[in-house]
Amino acid sequence: MGEAHITVHDLTLAYGDRVVLRDLDFHVERGTVFVLMGGSGCGKSTLLRALIGLLEPAAGEVSYGATSFTKAEPTERDRILRRLGVLYQSGALWSSMTLAENIGLPLGEYTGLSPAEIREVASLKLALVGLRGFEDYYPAEISGGMQKRAGLARAIALDPDILFLDEPSAGLDPVTSRLLDELILELRDSLGATVVVVTHELPSIFTIADDSIFLDAETRTAIAGGPPKELLEGSTDPKVRRFLTRGQEDASGETTHG
Amino acid sequence: MSIVRASDETVIVRLAGTWELTTGLPSPDPVRQELASGRARAVAFDTRELRAWDSAAVTFLARIAEACRERGVTLDRTGLPEGMQRLLRLAEAVPERPDVRRGADRRGWLERLGAATVSLADANRESFAFLGEVTLSAARLARGRARLRGQDLAVFIQECGAHALPIVTLISVLVGMILAFVGAVQLLRFGAQIYVADLVAIAMVREMGCIMTGIIMAGRTGSGFAAQLGTMKVTQEIDAFTTLGIPPIDFLVLPRLLALLLMMPLLTVYSDVLGILGGAVVSVGMLGLTPLQYLREANQALTLTSCATGIGKSFVFGALIAVAGCLRGMQCGKSSSAVGDAATSAVVTSIVWIIVADGLFAVIFNQLGI
Repeated sequence: MGEAHITVHDLTLAYGDRVVLRDLDFHVERGTVFVLMGGSGCGKSTLLRALIGLLEPAAGEVSYGATSFTKAEPTERDRILRRLGVLYQSGALWSSMTLAENIGLPLGEYTGLSPAEIREVASLKLALVGLRGFEDYYPAEISGGMQKRAGLARAIALDPDILFLDEPSAGLDPVTSRLLDELILELRDSLGATVVVVTHELPSIFTIADDSIFLDAETRTAIAGGPPKELLEGSTDPKVRRFLTRGQEDASGETTHG
Repeated sequence: MSIVRASDETVIVRLAGTWELTTGLPSPDPVRQELASGRARAVAFDTRELRAWDSAAVTFLARIAEACRERGVTLDRTGLPEGMQRLLRLAEAVPERPDVRRGADRRGWLERLGAATVSLADANRESFAFLGEVTLSAARLARGRARLRGQDLAVFIQECGAHALPIVTLISVLVGMILAFVGAVQLLRFGAQIYVADLVAIAMVREMGCIMTGIIMAGRTGSGFAAQLGTMKVTQEIDAFTTLGIPPIDFLVLPRLLALLLMMPLLTVYSDVLGILGGAVVSVGMLGLTPLQYLREANQALTLTSCATGIGKSFVFGALIAVAGCLRGMQCGKSSSAVGDAATSAVVTSIVWIIVADGLFAVIFNQLGI
């Protein structure tokens, strides 16, 4: 298949002495949707933080394309970061700015567009996430789901090569969450972006994921990887099966009722 | 970009080269003009020479699509790359809700002045309501029915008592020294340098001790209270207290108020002592007084009434700082910038209240002759 866009090699993550994840080895192919899944507290968000450089790994390395991100000089790092878009769990919109200003800030910093043109692009991005007309609203004035979509609009402001989404559908109603999934797939197809999604929402996982890894809180590492549908059919690991069937199958692999 | 007329009725827009955000956004005006010239019934695209594109191209297309809609011109999208077509469709998928867009604020100055006045009245009503609730909550406390955690109170006492000592020490010693300097220059002319001790002692005990402590506490503790409560408001922690049936005033405001009420007088006494010591340093070092002379003179100058007025005022200042800090915290808006505004406003409010209250005290004490 395609080339590796993100490569994670022997990665170990720790907060002080407490190891959260160890010995991670996987790669994400260009133009695919990759899901980091696992139960609560397994370190999904920690791994995401390490991928986007907010957390220094205790060991191992993360590479984008052929360039090592972990060993990169600060200027090189900035250059890589500029090609990433991140949607944080609660949107993380800057509350003192309107939505148009939130999206316009990276555009103003990294392109030579005029203020009027920046606003045009910001409007387009808002329209893409279904928020046409909300340019002059402050984040506190719109609902949580809208904040999340506006956060996505900011993440795609600079047409990133790689989009990181931290629990994009958490806290959204099923319909909105479904629309968001479709939006993610649409962005992957039309912009050709690589998308890394942290989630534990099964419907989302099965709809959007091309590939995945499954993190486990007890062993503190990845215990399975591959397209989720194949994992559901083929995995023999009881933890993975329990997760992917919402606990309907118990550890022995038999279906329980209830 | 170039515009070609394929026939009388069809305009072909030819996109070539690189269309990216970094290279700038092309203007759709030539196409608009072409459409405005009449006759054209359809717009089509030719993108065979397009090398690279991103949202810049899509923004351009969205504007052309809009212009076409306005004029009832058909837009033929088949010539566009597939990704571009999909993005354009996505952008048009959710129509704008009619009531959503906001116009600029077109109200006249009179209307805005009126609105500001009305909102000022609202803010005052809120302040009084808060004061009332705090009073009720204090009454519950007096009857032993307030839900107050002793542990919280202890933490706040440590926070606004012991932790404030270093800054109070520094400021008080310096203020005492400054008072002594200012007095020394004047009194030396009359050979009355011994009275520097009187000046420093009375000024510290009656005014400077409690005012400086008040202002320090407004800056470090009042703003802290506002920021803590404001953040709790933003993260809905205060709502969580309310829905559990725990009055947030009892739980959050009372311990802070009590802690400041208890600590302010102690800090004031501490500040008085250190201020007088600061004055002693200058008097002994510069004016040639012996420490014993200075202390004896200071001791004679001080009366119990002077000390009592200073300590009495510090109680009031403590209450004002706690109420201002908690009030601004509870009034905080829902965004992170609102927390900063609340902290700023708490400091400004408490300093204004402290100075106004001190002025009132001066008038009252003057009338009472103490």
